[in-house]
Amino acid sequence: MTVPLDSEYVLEVAGLTRRYGAKAALDDIWLKVPRGAVFGLVGENGAGKTTLIKHLMGLLKPQFGSVRVFGRDPVIDPEGALSRIGYLSEDRSMPLWMSVTELMGYTRAFYPKWDQTFADELRETFALDPKAKVRHLSRGERAKLGLLLALAHRPELLILDEPSSGLDLAVRRHILTAIIQTVAEEGRTVLFSSHLLDEVDRVADYVTMINQGQIVLSSTMDEAKEAHHRITLRFAESQRRMPSLPGALFCEGSGQEWSVVCNGRLEELKKAAESAGAEILAEQIPSLEDIFLAHASNAPRAAKEED
Amino acid sequence: MQMHISTHDGVPIYQQIVSQVKYLVASGRLTPGDELPPIRALAEQLLINPNTVARAYRELETTGLLTKRRGAGTYVADTGSPLARAEKMRLLAQRADALLVEARQMKVAIDDVVRLLHERQDALDPGIKEKRS
Repeated sequence: MTVPLDSEYVLEVAGLTRRYGAKAALDDIWLKVPRGAVFGLVGENGAGKTTLIKHLMGLLKPQFGSVRVFGRDPVIDPEGALSRIGYLSEDRSMPLWMSVTELMGYTRAFYPKWDQTFADELRETFALDPKAKVRHLSRGERAKLGLLLALAHRPELLILDEPSSGLDLAVRRHILTAIIQTVAEEGRTVLFSSHLLDEVDRVADYVTMINQGQIVLSSTMDEAKEAHHRITLRFAESQRRMPSLPGALFCEGSGQEWSVVCNGRLEELKKAAESAGAEILAEQIPSLEDIFLAHASNAPRAAKEED
Repeated sequence: MQMHISTHDGVPIYQQIVSQVKYLVASGRLTPGDELPPIRALAEQLLINPNTVARAYRELETTGLLTKRRGAGTYVADTGSPLARAEKMRLLAQRADALLVEARQMKVAIDDVVRLLHERQDALDPGIKEKRS
């Protein structure tokens, strides 16, 4: 992948902070999303992913910091930004009294670039009854309809907030396929949030991890994988708890065998493990889930020792 | 082309594709001149980022296993035996390492592992037994 120029960033978030009372929902968030990327936003429920996405959509005004979508402020210039975005919200709110066809016609009016042929194709692929009322659609059908509405104007930027949440495998496949097709077409960009790390691992080329409103990791997927290591240690004697090792983000295990995830500082950690009397049994690339758990468990809230 | 992608063991997805294509060629399931699926089609089949497929294909082209015909897709190269002996041995060495590690963990001696390999070979192809003994 080529390194994008500054002007190639579709989204730029600088120092974005939002407080609800004493609680910081977002704390000094900095992000740049290059054109053509699939950008995965991960974090536990309540980490701040939806709040961040609402700022990108201009649904919330930054208290501190700034948000730029295609170089524009989505609060001041919503038409300039939003007409180029396809958005699937987390709650998928839709007018319940409309039929599928009516809602398609209604949404079409907002988007000059709406492609009716493509919309009809998607409706066929998703097996949506054109006459069915939204209120009678299942959860999966509503998700597919929401996805159709987000895709049918062939947006330059597709933003999906927890698109797979609570859906069966068949619908999740449609969503992943939509992401892949969007990015396969020259220059289009996807940002999606998910707690399904397997999906993020498969399709994202950038990953940003948010924990309690703060970014704990933000890089390309390859860099994230290369920076983190998982090593399995075997101690001569059973350990009641893991000796503290420099650079270790996360330890799990019991007795003689422990596994440790670290971010960089691999040699230092291996040396310390050996001088603590441990043999290194294996060295692996961690999965995105390992990395996520390591960072999540390393957050201030969870910093207290076990036992 | 049948491939399987796993996101549980942390091996980068492009590397999984590279090693599976090498395996398919080494085992004769892909032969020189065979066409590989287009990048986008394979991405949709495996539900992975198209850039990842492109990267795997690029890597396989660099090693000479695949070749791109201008505007006409990606093919298994037909320049001699594309998977050199060294590469075959490298693939087998990985399998051997895994076997040896497991044997060591189970405290099975190397001689017994070698004996087991011969036994399995005989079981796979009973005709070889006479030749060797």
